Amino acid sequence: MNKLLTISQSPHIFSDHTIRKLMLGVILALVPAFITALIFYGIGVIIVTSISLISCVLFEFIIQKYILKSEVRITDGSAIVTGLLLAFNLPSNLPWWIIIIGSLVAIGIGKMTFGGLGNNPFNPALVGRVFLLISFPTAMTVFPKAQGWNTPYIIPVDKIDALTGATPLNLIKEGIKSGRSVVELLEINNLNYSDMFLGNIGGSLGEIAAFALLAGFIYLLIRKIITWHIPLSVIGSVFLFTGLLWIFSEEGHNIISATLNINLPLIKFKDANEELKVFHMADPIFHLLTGGIMLGAIYMATDYVTSPMTHRGMIIYGTGIGVITVLIRVFGSYPEGISFAILIMNGFVPLINRYVKPKRFG
Amino acid sequence: MLKTFLKGGVHPPENKLSAKSKIKDLPLPQVVRIPILQHLGAPSKPVVEAGDQVKAGQLIAKSEGYVSSSIHSPVSGKIMKIDDFIDSTGYKRKAIIINTEGDEWIENIDRSKEHIKEFSLSSEEIINRILSAGIVGLGGATFPTHVKLSIPRGKKAEYLIINGVECEPYLTADHALMLEHGEELITGIKLLKKALKVNRALVGIENNKPDALKHISALALNSNGINVYALKVKYPQGGEKQLIKALLNREVPSGGLPIDVGVVAFNVGTTYAVYEAIQKNKPLFERIVTVTGKSVKNSSNFRVRIGTPVSALIEAAGGLPENTGKIIYGGPMMGKALSDLSVPVTKGCSGILILPENESSRKKTQPCIRCSKCVSVCPMGLEPYLLMSLSQINLFDRLESDKVLDCIECGSCSYICPSNRPLLDYIRLGKSAVSKIIRTTKQ
Amino acid sequence: MNSVVLYTVISLSGIGVTAAIVLFLVAQKFKVYEDPRIDQVEDELPAANCGGCGFPGCRNFAEALVKAEDFEDLYCPVGGNETMIKVAELLGKVAVEQEPKVAVLRCNGACEFRPKVNKYDGTETCVIAAALYGGDTACEYGCLGYGDCVVVCKFDALHMDAETGLPVVTDVNCTACGACVKECPKDLFELRKRYKKDRKIYVACMNEDKGGPAKKSCSVACIGCTLCLKVCPFDAITMNNNLAFIDSEKCRLCKKCAPVCPTNSILEIGFPPKKEQKEENKTEQTTTLAGDKSDEVNNKPGNISEK
Repeated sequence: MNKLLTISQSPHIFSDHTIRKLMLGVILALVPAFITALIFYGIGVIIVTSISLISCVLFEFIIQKYILKSEVRITDGSAIVTGLLLAFNLPSNLPWWIIIIGSLVAIGIGKMTFGGLGNNPFNPALVGRVFLLISFPTAMTVFPKAQGWNTPYIIPVDKIDALTGATPLNLIKEGIKSGRSVVELLEINNLNYSDMFLGNIGGSLGEIAAFALLAGFIYLLIRKIITWHIPLSVIGSVFLFTGLLWIFSEEGHNIISATLNINLPLIKFKDANEELKVFHMADPIFHLLTGGIMLGAIYMATDYVTSPMTHRGMIIYGTGIGVITVLIRVFGSYPEGISFAILIMNGFVPLINRYVKPKRFG
Repeated sequence: MLKTFLKGGVHPPENKLSAKSKIKDLPLPQVVRIPILQHLGAPSKPVVEAGDQVKAGQLIAKSEGYVSSSIHSPVSGKIMKIDDFIDSTGYKRKAIIINTEGDEWIENIDRSKEHIKEFSLSSEEIINRILSAGIVGLGGATFPTHVKLSIPRGKKAEYLIINGVECEPYLTADHALMLEHGEELITGIKLLKKALKVNRALVGIENNKPDALKHISALALNSNGINVYALKVKYPQGGEKQLIKALLNREVPSGGLPIDVGVVAFNVGTTYAVYEAIQKNKPLFERIVTVTGKSVKNSSNFRVRIGTPVSALIEAAGGLPENTGKIIYGGPMMGKALSDLSVPVTKGCSGILILPENESSRKKTQPCIRCSKCVSVCPMGLEPYLLMSLSQINLFDRLESDKVLDCIECGSCSYICPSNRPLLDYIRLGKSAVSKIIRTTKQ
Repeated sequence: MNSVVLYTVISLSGIGVTAAIVLFLVAQKFKVYEDPRIDQVEDELPAANCGGCGFPGCRNFAEALVKAEDFEDLYCPVGGNETMIKVAELLGKVAVEQEPKVAVLRCNGACEFRPKVNKYDGTETCVIAAALYGGDTACEYGCLGYGDCVVVCKFDALHMDAETGLPVVTDVNCTACGACVKECPKDLFELRKRYKKDRKIYVACMNEDKGGPAKKSCSVACIGCTLCLKVCPFDAITMNNNLAFIDSEKCRLCKKCAPVCPTNSILEIGFPPKKEQKEENKTEQTTTLAGDKSDEVNNKPGNISEK
């Protein structure tokens, strides 16, 4: 035997899972959402996504090569996924320099300062997004009206009122504050459920089309990239919590007494002017279809690095996200709460991992 | 619904290349080297000296102590020397080296192929015969069978489980044995039932061996108290804890043995050896070994005498392929990669696997992406990523409380990791460190 | 506005003063009496916290010193006799002088001497590689070369030599704390007596195989021929399991053993090179540490005997 045999410890065969394949799977799952955004928001989608992608990868390259002077790992696909998810959280008319700042924060602060892939406790795309939301609130909360391919990327200041609109969540929240009921608001603003499902509403690139996101979810489940635990516990807890609140709101009260003939008590509270007001609440389906819950539950919360390692832990995590999201949406001052909820629960993940152990054999 | 164990498990490609191969007798090698430690427990003590003439089946080393086993000569010939020789552990160990001369067996062994069904021995007599025949677990663990059959006081055996699962990819030795010696197996099972004084025997066979399932089920119909079950194909179904869970839905407690849940499990190879020992007076000196690999010319199952060098098996299977990268003693998930081809086949060798060069190298290790795949495939409900990190920073008390000693070293975690992290290497390190600390603090 | 500022200042100051008083009282009530000498002793110790004394950290060692009757078993290898004498003065006890030691790697199986018999593809740390065979050479006792010892040395006294594949001890940094001794899975390090000018004579081999297999696996292995044993005038060499061992307590560095070793497994380090004509006769027999460049050999330029 003139050649030397190779030796190593067992096992000697390996599955063909690689980090890159998992990241590619996530990217493929986001394609339906990308196409839907393209249909509704046109050229802005391409501009925002490409700037975000390219700057995320570029920043990771620069930081790894020149600042950390360690191995360059941009080909494992994680920076691309961060760039894509960050873009999906932004309005399609966000100025290019804001996107670049967001990428720098997402990759530089959200990921690299903690030690690169695998070491960050907080979801990098959300770190970038929340940073931008707090630093540039108007730019981040003004969404162009969907006009398909003709949707302009750069909107002149004088045309803002005409060409932009708020998200349904925003409209409902403001409307409730001024005392209107949800049914009224839906009518006034011309909102219907099929629009919300298909994407014909205002919002960031990834938020609008629930059906495209669900298609991606099924793909991820089939490819075994994620399990059902986190998305279903987020969606389930949002559904249950909003449902609970809705039952005791005026809208719920009306519908339940009409269909089931049960008269539940109505929650009334005193507002700033000492007037007795009725509690208005949109129904659970509305809450699920608008805002970032679908995107957050399926793509952001399930990020490997920042989510728990056991199935029981994942359910606790998802439930926490759902509860905090609804709290912020209904009782907080922001219309959308999922980004904050996910970041807050990311902070709890090490604790969950420490104390929630898988069921041992025997 | 096929029975299976619910927690964890992976599905490596089966590659049962030698599945259709009938068992062939391997030509006798010129020299056999028999290590005196081929079983769990104390090494055996040689009872022969250089220059002695021996016959096949003759006792050449006797067991030392309770947990030990005797060893019998596999060939007839002259004892050349008793010296250190490299064995499958990679270290040199004392071995009895015999020059083969002819093929004479000791007189009382029945060499006929006839199947002898009847027996009238008592339970104690059966166990004694097994002890003197030097039978150990042929599934790979090589635990002395007579010790397993001696139930400790206070515990009772309710079920006998026969492991015909063969979950490792590539290996087909047990499959061939079940197809060609099914009747003898049934008699062996009856003997073991008598030895344990149980009424029920359950045979577990994976669903990728439909012919064996059909054959053994048909044979079992004629006997009382032997039931055959098809099991879902999942690695490591053949691990005894997973097998007991799948067949009886009982979990062996952490740190415990199968007898704690009233079960004793044996491999089909061991069962056949028990039949031969009692009905044919033949001690254990040969076994079925699969020689396989994608580049091997004739992947086959051979009947091999203990002590045959691995090189002889590879020759018989068509010679060493050009592009050989690794040669594995055992299966691809738990076997040992060999460095030297003169290593002898011992009682615990179920297969020789040749991997081509392009499948022999590990990929580069990358940081843990916390995907939790390792947690979901661990059949014992452990967290391999955590055990690896704890081993690296020597946190032994946390390792113990995170149950590192429960690990059965199946390799599923390292198999599935997308970052190619050497999880099992560090878990083994942690296990040995923790065991050492426990042993030294007990003293 | 002023009243607001005033109230703020008063209330915060009040809280601060209350907290300070509470903390002071609690600290007094729960004070643990510690012998003040422990702090003084700790200041004398080198603060390396290396564990070489056998205690977990310098403070624990200081406590042990204060409590101990005598210093028989207490010694700080990093601080050495100097430190022990200072501590003894402080405590009014007598320091037991110990011989300074240095770590020595008992293996000279460099790549050039030990042919490889397989390609190791597993995890490259010594402790894990040791569990799988004896490494990638035929000598199962020798150095694996993955550098666990280098990682564990706190005093920067070890580094891997890329050419030979063996760790090299930098004598001047080595404090004989014993970390490498504990870490090496093959038990190749030994703490031997430190002679003057860092001279050493030792058997650089741990191979217990019989002569034939030992020599086959490594050309500078000890084959157990006992020639060195017979020639030693001080009875410092013993043979166990085909392996020679030179007891540094008895060895006087007479250098009679190294030239007779047929495989050159006894190394003499730090001695001046032999004169020219002897060099010509014996170039085949004198060996310095393979590839060793870090020793300060007391020699004239251009006159180094290297193999």
